[in-house]
Amino acid sequence: MMKRFLMALALLLPSAAFAAGYSGPLDKADYDLRDKASLQRGAQIFMNYCLGCHTMQYQRYQRTFEDLEIPIDLGQELLQFTGDGPGSHMISAIDADASSEWFGLTPPDITMVARVRGADWLYTYFRSFYEDPSRPFGVNNEVFENVGMPHVLQELQGVPRQTYERRMVDGEMRDVYVGIRSDGTGRMSPDEFDQAMLDLTAFLVYTGEPMYLERQRLGYYVIGFLIVFLILTILLKREYWRDIK
Amino acid sequence: MSRILDWIDQRIPLSNTLKLHVTQYPAPKNFNFWYLMGSLALIVLVNQIVTGIWLTMSYNPSAEGAFASVEYIMRDVEYGWLLRYMHSTGASFFFIVVYLHMFRGLMYGSYQKPRELLWIFGMLIFLVLMAEAFMGYMLPWGQMSYWGAQVIISLFGTIPFGIGEALTTWIRGDYVISGATLNRFFALHVIALPLVIVILVFLHLIALHEVGSNNPDGIDLKKPKGSVKEEDKSPYEFHERYTKKYDIVDSIPFHPYYTVKDLVGLAVFLIFFAWVIFFEPTMGGHFLEPPNFEAADPMRTPEHIAPVWYFTPFYAILAAVPNPIGGVILMFGSIVLLFLMPWIDRSTVRSIRYRSGLHKANLAMLVVSFIVLGFVGALPPTELFTRIGQIFTFLYFAFFVFLFFYSKNEKTKPLPERVTK
Repeated sequence: MMKRFLMALALLLPSAAFAAGYSGPLDKADYDLRDKASLQRGAQIFMNYCLGCHTMQYQRYQRTFEDLEIPIDLGQELLQFTGDGPGSHMISAIDADASSEWFGLTPPDITMVARVRGADWLYTYFRSFYEDPSRPFGVNNEVFENVGMPHVLQELQGVPRQTYERRMVDGEMRDVYVGIRSDGTGRMSPDEFDQAMLDLTAFLVYTGEPMYLERQRLGYYVIGFLIVFLILTILLKREYWRDIK
Repeated sequence: MSRILDWIDQRIPLSNTLKLHVTQYPAPKNFNFWYLMGSLALIVLVNQIVTGIWLTMSYNPSAEGAFASVEYIMRDVEYGWLLRYMHSTGASFFFIVVYLHMFRGLMYGSYQKPRELLWIFGMLIFLVLMAEAFMGYMLPWGQMSYWGAQVIISLFGTIPFGIGEALTTWIRGDYVISGATLNRFFALHVIALPLVIVILVFLHLIALHEVGSNNPDGIDLKKPKGSVKEEDKSPYEFHERYTKKYDIVDSIPFHPYYTVKDLVGLAVFLIFFAWVIFFEPTMGGHFLEPPNFEAADPMRTPEHIAPVWYFTPFYAILAAVPNPIGGVILMFGSIVLLFLMPWIDRSTVRSIRYRSGLHKANLAMLVVSFIVLGFVGALPPTELFTRIGQIFTFLYFAFFVFLFFYSKNEKTKPLPERVTK
């Protein structure tokens, strides 16, 4: 038992050393949950490229279609590839044991990945794959080092390469890292790809907390009511306390 | 109506109890902001119980189903997200008001004679509340639920002579944290501990009404019978239980004066509370931690295990000691010392208003230490933070040691005869 405690403590105390997480700068994901078109495009990318391996077991198709203002029959026809009716959860068709063997671990459920990682992290992660022949799938990721996932969006982005430019630095010519650039073989231009990744991020933020907009909307009413209530209580208190010296 | 009341009063003492504790209870008229926290804590307790009851209706206390049932509440139950956020935000606000309430007691000497038992009941509530919060945090069965519980339960494993190991196994009901642990924590969280808290709150209130409320001046407002001129007595009708033995000055009936005043405080409180619920329910990852949106995985630890903010000061004390048993002893010691406050503080002057500059500085040091330890406990430990944690752990304990020595012959200011504004 003592050993287990020490192990737990060891995991806690110097956890900075264990913190393999990416700590570099993240790009700001400037998404808008009220932009239904953006969410719909995000849903389209998700259904076509992500749901093949990742499940979204806590979110239902119908709820998604309703919140994103997609007619249910249209949604079922164009976006729903798994499950029975529109009320089913968004479960991947992949076999968990098989995928665990293929990728080293079962691809995690990503219903709430935006709540765990944050939108900025996701937006940066999607755009940080780069070609790395030393990895099993030929790609690595700057934000998630040695990620077990292939670059499934390569057909959209093209082959992303870490790019260097010869520049004059401190009086001598050096190769300076300028970021990841596509080789141009993708179906999207760099700007289009960035927008698509923003849409996908927005969709994942939405699924993380589908009641987000409703929560905020209700919040204004509740706080508005409470301010009126506060004014009334102040008047009531003054009335009663008038005779206290 | 009065006939119905008479009928009831002949069978249970309804009117008399209401008079004794509400409408004819003498409350000092100089209560300030700090005296609001007690009634707010009561309101938050009610919030936790009511939202908790509704959450249990859809929650599934099993390792397989817990995490999914919380998301079911968040997504499929009508206003389930509201109930859940009210409950999770309520937990944090409970600690906010309780910490402010405790600070009020320290500031105005509310633990001093004759309020020792009142203080001890309060401290017991705090202790049980921590256990309640800890067990509640495990129920969503997220990564932080699991690993946080793993660490806290392991603390008991530091007890030597084989007791620790047997004890942790007994607490978990398994050799690791599992569904068995979750089930018993659920039972304790929804039945056992709330019952204990409600009973302790009842005792806390009974003790309060027996000795009477303290006030910001820390002076007695119940004067010996016959020592006060008729025109100086409070002009209100108080229960004969209080007036039989004492002449009461500077007091007003709790109802309606403090009920309407507390209503103002409640409205302000609810605005903050609602703001968090509707606009910032995770409070930047402090009220609900991001790793807890991922289901518990016994095979993978989160990158950084940090307890929820209200435990971080004590956690920093634990981490300040390199020796695990020493850390556990010090952590529990930091709470035990609070229990002993009525005997550590040997001054007869209660309120900080009339105490020495040294005491004010000492209390300020305690507050600063507690806050700094709170930050240190939340951050990933580095050498620097551990060192800072050690310094402020030392200062936290120094408060009690200093207090014990200077309070005996402290140079205090003369007390006023009657309350000041």
